[in-house]
Amino acid sequence: MKKLINSVEAVEEQMILGLVKSAPKKLRKLEGGNIVVRADKKENKVALVSGGGSGHEPAHGGFVGKGMLDCAVAGAVFTSPTPDKIFEGIQAVATDAGVLCIVKNYTGDVMNFEMAMELASDEDIKVAHVVVNDDVAVQDSLYTTGRRGVAGTILVHKIAGAKAEEGATLEEVKAVAEKVIANVRTMGMAISPCTVPAAGKPGFELAEDEVEIGIGIHGEPGTHRDKIASADEIAKTLLDKILADIDYKNQEVVVMINGMGATPLMELYIINNFVQDYLAAAGVKVYDTMVGNYMTSIEMAGFSITLLRLDDELKKLYDAPADTPALKR
Amino acid sequence: MDNKKILAIISAIAKKIESEKDFLTELDNEIGDGDHGINLARGFKSVEEKLPTLADKDIGAILKGVGMQLVSTVGGASGPLYGTAFMKAGNACKGKSQLTDAEFASAINAAIEGIKMRGKAVEGEKTMLDALCPAYKALKDGIDSGKNLIDALKDGVDAAAAGVEYTKTIIATKGRASYLKERSLGHQDPGATSSLFILQSTLEVLRGA
Repeated sequence: MKKLINSVEAVEEQMILGLVKSAPKKLRKLEGGNIVVRADKKENKVALVSGGGSGHEPAHGGFVGKGMLDCAVAGAVFTSPTPDKIFEGIQAVATDAGVLCIVKNYTGDVMNFEMAMELASDEDIKVAHVVVNDDVAVQDSLYTTGRRGVAGTILVHKIAGAKAEEGATLEEVKAVAEKVIANVRTMGMAISPCTVPAAGKPGFELAEDEVEIGIGIHGEPGTHRDKIASADEIAKTLLDKILADIDYKNQEVVVMINGMGATPLMELYIINNFVQDYLAAAGVKVYDTMVGNYMTSIEMAGFSITLLRLDDELKKLYDAPADTPALKR
Repeated sequence: MDNKKILAIISAIAKKIESEKDFLTELDNEIGDGDHGINLARGFKSVEEKLPTLADKDIGAILKGVGMQLVSTVGGASGPLYGTAFMKAGNACKGKSQLTDAEFASAINAAIEGIKMRGKAVEGEKTMLDALCPAYKALKDGIDSGKNLIDALKDGVDAAAAGVEYTKTIIATKGRASYLKERSLGHQDPGATSSLFILQSTLEVLRGA
């Protein structure tokens, strides 16, 4: 394992400390936990809390700030934070307007957030949650864990964050978050795996000519393996799966080309070049595009494509100001 | 069974998990995200450190303390699941400093019910329940038919081992392995495996007495 770290045990805390020190006027780390909050607690608005395992930087700590999250709780690498820490985060930012937790649909995240919300309710904190499940690689069914929450989560943070900033009620913020979830779809792939520091070796292995399609964001293998193809062909595979899932024709969308951590912007732009032309040919109108590393898997090489179908409300909230380390508008 | 025995069991589980850490992580690499052994070992290590503070408590309080420690240190899915299991078992033994064999079995049942509730899972989904549910059934049947606890638990451990084998033959529908669909076939479930280790450690302590 070759990584720029000091010790396996210190990875998460030093990462959070470094993040906070990159924006000392805007962010603060809570004592005794890898919990990032806004430097100045915002009152009179619904507080947004998210979190999950570390290794997805800039998610989620990088999205704490005006117009997005109030708090992000980081667990060990690829491991959900524990209920007591999530609860500390909730308590730190809770207002009379309530708290909305934005949870990615992974078994661990859902259970730990549920337990934390039970603790918060016991303290009479008004708390609700949404579960993001944008990954079309996974089949959705009543009998399974359901689709994973991946890069689309960032758009939930952005839009629900803008709604909360407007002073909307907890019910209204939750409703708009649900609307984003209903309209956002993502599909990802990897060309090389990542190594969890504590594990010391890659989560899976790929031959020189192999790619993993339908990957999640935890280094877990995807739905199937393929031979490497051109960037355009791979992007088409992912995009076709997304376009088949909900109807985007004649709709306005936000496109997110998200890097998995080790893929250079050069390649992401090459992919975006194809995606824009392909969407235009398919009659999908691109309102705005984000290209970059938003929801990563440590040093995995690969990318995901996210499409969010917009209406007037979502468009307005998407355009609203945001000031966070990883997203400014 | 008294609280000393329970403490010895917890301690044996912690050691077993530590020694099987790499194996569990290896299994999880195949069909999950490769952290099951790491997370459980971290949790049980902190449980072991906490045990002295629980030494003079009743069985219910010990198990509850273990559960809370796991919840706050393991993370992931196994933290809430095993944590809830120990907390529910503790609840079933509230205020008791001795357990009859039947009460011991009831505590295990309460733990399993806790896992089902927290994980919204049932048997046959390639999870820890595929080891635990058959183990409980064999244990209960053994005790009901008059076997001593060690023999009944031996049946339980055998049933759990068979359950772990069974997980190789089914497709995961819960947990992270479910994303792999049929690719999860042929792999044993890491959670079922750690559950087997917990039962094995329990049996070893009882046998050693």
